[in-house]
Amino acid sequence: MEIWLLLSFPLLGGLWLGATGQRAQAPLANLLVSIATLVAAGFLAARVLQEGRVSAWDEQFVVDPFNVFLVGLTAFVGMTTAWFSRPYVRNEVQHGRLSASRLRLYHGMYQAFLFTLLVALTTNNLGLLWVAMEAATLTTVLLVSLYRTPASLEAAWKYFILCGVGIAQALFGTILLYFAAEKVLGEGGNALLWTHLAQVKGQLEPTIVSLAFVFLLVGYGTKVGLAPLHNWLPDAHAEGPTPISAVLSGLLLNVALYAVLRTKVLVDGALHQPFAGHLMMGFGVFSVAVAALFLMRQKDIKRLFAYSSIEHMGLMTFAFGMGGAVANFAGLLHMTMHSLTKSAIFFAVGHASQKSGTQLMAQIRGLIRTSPTIGWGLLLGALAILGMPPFGVFASEFLILTTAMHAQPWATPVLLGALGVAFAAIFGKVQPMVFGPATGQRLPHPPAILPVFLHLTLVLILGLYLPPALAIWYRQAAALLG
Amino acid sequence: MSHWNPAPFAQQLLDLFASLLLLIAFAMLSQRRILTLIHLFAWQGLILTLSIADSAWLTHQPHLYYSAVLTLITKVLILPLLLHRLIRRLDVVWDVETLINIPTTMLVGIGLVVFSFNLALPISHFSSTILRNTLGIALASVLLSFMMMITRRKAVPQVIGFLALENGLFLAATSATYGMPMVVELGVALDVLVGMFIFGIFFFQIRETFDSLDIRHMEKLKEE
Repeated sequence: MEIWLLLSFPLLGGLWLGATGQRAQAPLANLLVSIATLVAAGFLAARVLQEGRVSAWDEQFVVDPFNVFLVGLTAFVGMTTAWFSRPYVRNEVQHGRLSASRLRLYHGMYQAFLFTLLVALTTNNLGLLWVAMEAATLTTVLLVSLYRTPASLEAAWKYFILCGVGIAQALFGTILLYFAAEKVLGEGGNALLWTHLAQVKGQLEPTIVSLAFVFLLVGYGTKVGLAPLHNWLPDAHAEGPTPISAVLSGLLLNVALYAVLRTKVLVDGALHQPFAGHLMMGFGVFSVAVAALFLMRQKDIKRLFAYSSIEHMGLMTFAFGMGGAVANFAGLLHMTMHSLTKSAIFFAVGHASQKSGTQLMAQIRGLIRTSPTIGWGLLLGALAILGMPPFGVFASEFLILTTAMHAQPWATPVLLGALGVAFAAIFGKVQPMVFGPATGQRLPHPPAILPVFLHLTLVLILGLYLPPALAIWYRQAAALLG
Repeated sequence: MSHWNPAPFAQQLLDLFASLLLLIAFAMLSQRRILTLIHLFAWQGLILTLSIADSAWLTHQPHLYYSAVLTLITKVLILPLLLHRLIRRLDVVWDVETLINIPTTMLVGIGLVVFSFNLALPISHFSSTILRNTLGIALASVLLSFMMMITRRKAVPQVIGFLALENGLFLAATSATYGMPMVVELGVALDVLVGMFIFGIFFFQIRETFDSLDIRHMEKLKEE
């Protein structure tokens, strides 16, 4: 029941906004629909905490402690982004960059995108998970090209083709997995249900399952933004509207990683050796290193933080690749912290670039004078994402690194070096934007500052004190990952 | 004379369809005219339909018949028709693309086929279904379509390559297994159709902005 409620709000809201999204009150309606989704997610979480597991439609949808935490995170960031999107979109309309029909497309697709993410998270059917992941690309591709500039069209085309091809590999992996499962579970719909697969994972044929995982990792890994499959990510982040950059970084990448993790559990069970973990650690460390090198060369503020997302997704992939209770716990914590911090940064970046009329960092100056709140938001957000204590990212990165020192000592120097380079690159570029002589102008609609500081406060609180209830929840989720 | 058994015949027919599908994948790789490419794509869809129907007959799986009908409707009727309308409205019906190095492309293609057969060999060995030979062919046609996408410089052929890739995946789904569960197949078909519409919208946006459907104009976003 709660699952249906959760899914129907964004679906119906998306259809409704697709028809009426050009109206003056549509940004507000978008926010209200997202709030309703968040409330539904809250009820679902409460029930999962009580009963441990909730399922619907013959187990096609199952919510356990692992995915309910991501459902909550998705609904929350979806809500705050809609909140930020309200003044952002109204300013864009004022500047003449968005017409009525594009506004309709934007609002309809925003909710449709959240719908596909929630389906991907709650479904128990690995085939439906694929369908939802592909649909998530389809809903965002026209949003990346929303401004119809040559660069945005190119970015959207690249996004579409690369993610389309990538996700096709994942479909092949899913077919192979089904092929292995069918021999154990028999033909019919049950052989793709994760809960059924997890029960018989020890009997799955190892050769097929390992090949399936390679395809699935490459396929979903393209959407996670793992190097060398990350080419679409900086372009799509930089050229689309900033609220979309925030949900791409904060939500889509997480959900793609979630898809990889679900399959990893099955592969580990079938192989009895850390084949999947080794692959993920390799991709993870490589992504962190590549992203750190590219960070130094960025001139566009949104591209800068897009590369930072690649770095953090690599770090999470590495943590989950190591496996074990502590690393999984740290990975999940880092997922939460990165989502909250990165979307807060994009909120601040969105208003900063609207004020300056450009995304080039060299031309954004003196934010702290023209609008102290945005300046402080960007500065604190950057410090948080760089892993400065007392913010929560520090806690999760510290956990990942200390675990790596014991379990995978070879990776530690690479990771530490990359984090150092990232610090120098991002801080060196953010500092002059925040301080220095002012250039910005006033915006016609006051920016939404509250979501930025709401996220940063949460990251700060979780960095200082993790409530025991939440820690138990994370531990349950980490246990599900084996 | 004993009772005639249809199974070997249907089995051979299935192999025949699979190899025809691969042959068309090769033909698409070297085809320069957009219109002919669309025809080839429709033929590939038809052969896929026949192959699925044949598997259905062979394995007595009623849901495979539905899946064959679904393929017929989407891959043979709707998608080629949409593509036809698109190229007519974009006025690129008689467009010819200059492809360089067709012989090299073909040779690499053959290499891909050998690679996929080797990759599929240990797996099809496990297949309890009677449809085992086709997995290698399916993987080969996926990789060939992938290569077609890489070698093309125009938007429409790239998209046809993408759709042909989906054909190869469907062949894999019906050959390695008895077809995916119906809800998944419906979802995949829906995604492909919606994707096609978005591609259509894109073609117009790209042409409006760049005055051409050549993706060479879209290589500006690079790390310097």
